[in-house]
Amino acid sequence: MTKAPHLMKNSLGYAAEPEANDGDVTLRPAESPFQQVRLEEGPAGRKPRPFLSRRNIIVYGTLIFVSLYYLLPLYVMIVTSLKGMPEIRVGNIFAPPLEITFQPWVKAWSEACTGLNCDGLSRGFFNSVQILVPSVILSIIIASVNGYALANWRFKGSETFFAILIVGAFIPYQVMLYPIVIMLREIGLYGSLTGLVIVHTIFGMPILTLLFRNYFASVPQELFKAARVDGAGFWRIYFQIMVPMSLPIFVVAMILQVTGIWNDFLFGVVYTKPDLYPMTVQLNNIVNSTQGVKEYNVNMAATILTGLVPLTVYFISGKLFVRGIAAGAVKG
Amino acid sequence: MDAATRPFRWHRNFSAKVAAIPMIITAMVVFVGGTVWTVVYSFTNSKLLPREKFVGLDQYERLWGSSKWLISLENLAIYGVFSLIFALVIGFLLAALLDQKIRFEDTFRTILLYPFALSFIVTGLAWQWILNPDFGIQHIVRSMGWESFTFDPLYNPDIVIYGVLIAGLWHETGLIMCLMLAGLRGIDEDIWKASRIDGIPMWKTYLFIVIPMMRGIFITAIVLIASGIIKVYDLIVAQTGGGPGISSEVPAKYVYDAMFLSQNLGQGFAASTMMLLTVVIIVVPWAYLEFGGKRQ
Amino acid sequence: METSISIKNLALSFGALDVLKDLNLDIGKGEFLVLLGSSGCGKSTLLNCIAGLLDVSGGQIFIGGRNVTWEEPSKRGIGMVFQSYALYPQMTVAGNLSFGLKNAGVPKAEVEERVNRAARVLQIEPLLSRKPAALSGGQRQRAAIGRALVRDADVFLFDEPLSNLDAKLRADLRVEIKQLHQKLHNTMIYVTHDQIEAMTLADRIAIMRGGRILQLASPNEIYNRPASKYVAEFIGSPTMNFFEGEIVSGDAVRFMTGERSFSLDGYAFGDAGLKTGPAWFGIRPEHMVAGEAAQEMPIRLDGQIELVEPLGSDTLVRILVDGQLLWIRLDGQAEISHGDAITVGFHPERANLFDKASEDRL
Repeated sequence: MTKAPHLMKNSLGYAAEPEANDGDVTLRPAESPFQQVRLEEGPAGRKPRPFLSRRNIIVYGTLIFVSLYYLLPLYVMIVTSLKGMPEIRVGNIFAPPLEITFQPWVKAWSEACTGLNCDGLSRGFFNSVQILVPSVILSIIIASVNGYALANWRFKGSETFFAILIVGAFIPYQVMLYPIVIMLREIGLYGSLTGLVIVHTIFGMPILTLLFRNYFASVPQELFKAARVDGAGFWRIYFQIMVPMSLPIFVVAMILQVTGIWNDFLFGVVYTKPDLYPMTVQLNNIVNSTQGVKEYNVNMAATILTGLVPLTVYFISGKLFVRGIAAGAVKG
Repeated sequence: MDAATRPFRWHRNFSAKVAAIPMIITAMVVFVGGTVWTVVYSFTNSKLLPREKFVGLDQYERLWGSSKWLISLENLAIYGVFSLIFALVIGFLLAALLDQKIRFEDTFRTILLYPFALSFIVTGLAWQWILNPDFGIQHIVRSMGWESFTFDPLYNPDIVIYGVLIAGLWHETGLIMCLMLAGLRGIDEDIWKASRIDGIPMWKTYLFIVIPMMRGIFITAIVLIASGIIKVYDLIVAQTGGGPGISSEVPAKYVYDAMFLSQNLGQGFAASTMMLLTVVIIVVPWAYLEFGGKRQ
Repeated sequence: METSISIKNLALSFGALDVLKDLNLDIGKGEFLVLLGSSGCGKSTLLNCIAGLLDVSGGQIFIGGRNVTWEEPSKRGIGMVFQSYALYPQMTVAGNLSFGLKNAGVPKAEVEERVNRAARVLQIEPLLSRKPAALSGGQRQRAAIGRALVRDADVFLFDEPLSNLDAKLRADLRVEIKQLHQKLHNTMIYVTHDQIEAMTLADRIAIMRGGRILQLASPNEIYNRPASKYVAEFIGSPTMNFFEGEIVSGDAVRFMTGERSFSLDGYAFGDAGLKTGPAWFGIRPEHMVAGEAAQEMPIRLDGQIELVEPLGSDTLVRILVDGQLLWIRLDGQAEISHGDAITVGFHPERANLFDKASEDRL
């Protein structure tokens, strides 16, 4: 009968506030690089090494080299998108533009042809927004209530359904593609944005439910018990106790869903029609369309434009994004 | 004082049951129902529309007789093995480097992880451009004077899958690094102190103490990469379109093409069932190790 | 005494695991009952069943004469205080106190009045507008008690409320809870594993083990006449000393242990009367004396001091007698040291005899 609140090891657990009268503060020794070296080399010790030690050169050198490699594609895309076609043909993809032009961006946004129409990426962008907003909201509402029910209101069979849901997350989408086409066709939503919203909600459910369930399970059970003694029921505890204290996990779920849904290609191409294609599908059709002369600068501008939404989310959310993917990764 | 009897179980917890309806429908109808449906219809000769004319293992015979399918599998195997090995090794090495209490850790991590935020379509198109032999790396090296230099993975059927691998690794290694870093941070500081006092070299501590302690993270990473590998589709569509010819086809694309382009539903069902089988072979032993052990 | 809570044949099992077994308990109105036991004994489970937070597998629970076995927790007329305080982190103290009343639809003016009254009683009025994170541990627990108080409940349930506090605060709040009980006179059920809390607070203590109540009695009774060897060992620190041996009845009733024989002249046997045969003889460290006083005791033992633990007020001494270690509590100023020879003595009327097989009190 352990009554200590069980807190999850990973950072996603509900963090109890530190005791205000907590006297036992663990003092950690300052961890500087050379202290570590000294510890390795025994008590005799050497003089602290300069910053340019062999070890530091290896560590920072490797990291800087790898970072440059990782940044390379982004850099190449940006410089290409700012060049004119003549410059691209004669020049080097790594060279900065001699003459900066924003024409490729304008063209990518509003004029580029997909082979079916020539209104550029803008159509795909607005389709993606129309898909994204309801999908994110709906999937988070459903998954959070679900996770809450699973964590605090278990009923007979609830764990079984949850297990099936999680196992379902491992089934390749391809296996379920066509049955869902039939289901959507039966309810008249095949080829519509609503249908795609439902699909995103369904496939977001396993990971989001897991995320919320684990979070709510890490909230001390006593809080939930106290609320029940206070006469709060299922919905009141959810809205007045759980949701207000779980805002970080809602943000994590939002990050996960915004990037996931925005980046989706397969569901977009399967469940919508050409004029409703999301941005990723539109982008692929523009770049890989076989008609006409390849305009690499327009293609790269279009590619960056499509990546802009998740990249913005990524750079703004910072550590929360890492928490999100860590949560998404650590199953069970 | 009279005795109360246990009330009906059904209406206790009523709200929770209502709240779970979407989950139950998703689990039972879409996941279980959809999977069973596909498996059953893989034994029919459905073409443009599903038909209940059962033809036994015909579709599977045709599938295994198709060179496109065999190439798909070969590509998946090459891509899978290499991306598993490289992602784990590079991911762990990068995490170990970042765990050296370095400055600018956040900056490095942000740079290494950003590709993961991008879609496979964007990833594929970016690398398609860099690997373009007429403008990209090959062109630059040649223009520097090495005229015979050849690096055109996307245009050479023999190595095209390695071109895709480069893009795939760029996309996912950051994720693995983050997982590994979280694992390394979860290792008790005292372990390091103890190994230093015992005079164990750092690389030995990593190899014989830390990595075995991170078994769970490694398994998670492997499962994650593996389930991602099987789903590889967008990357191929964007980067190579399956070409040149059919040399970079993968099973997920085979399924899509059969179902939605060549109106050969039965083939699509059979191929997706094979994909399911592959996942079962990977996931079941893992689930057994992870959850079967706990019950004892 | 009027009964406030009555528990009949209560049982609870999780799968094959029986957590509570056929448990019966009557608690009087205004009584302070402490459920005491080591972890896993079922004491918190029992409290949660009374609160309605766990569905029982069998049996009935009555509160104030009403059968509440299947009643919602909020409709049982109880207030509850938790170990981790369980304050809603996003609400102020006032919000925490009033949450239950608002849920029950109590008019706003009355809510305010009751919150203020509770805050006055607990002296937390200045904290009402603060959030739990801005409170110290003691203040949080006071706020948590306040949340139970505003409900005007007849029954208060405490689930190890002081376990998360440091020793000093624990002692202070213990006194406050006792004063609160003296002021309010409601029924209180208090779960703890701390015998000092149990002894100081309780009108009656229920000692639990393995889902059963081993003994239900006043603190004095439990201390002086523990019903079983387990209870005897559980209460008292250092724990009771035991001798293994046999009760024989010749010309006088005696307890034979090894080469020795203790007179049992003056020991009050229970209702079953004298029973000879294998038994345990227990004597508390504080019921033994040393030095001159020992010479006047019917039973004397010679030994050697093996360990001395000075506590200031008392000195705990471990002595070695014929290969057996005994704890004895001596005056704090006693001048003794390791290795000294010592004679200790005690009277059989302070002894506790337990049957060897059943470990029940004789």
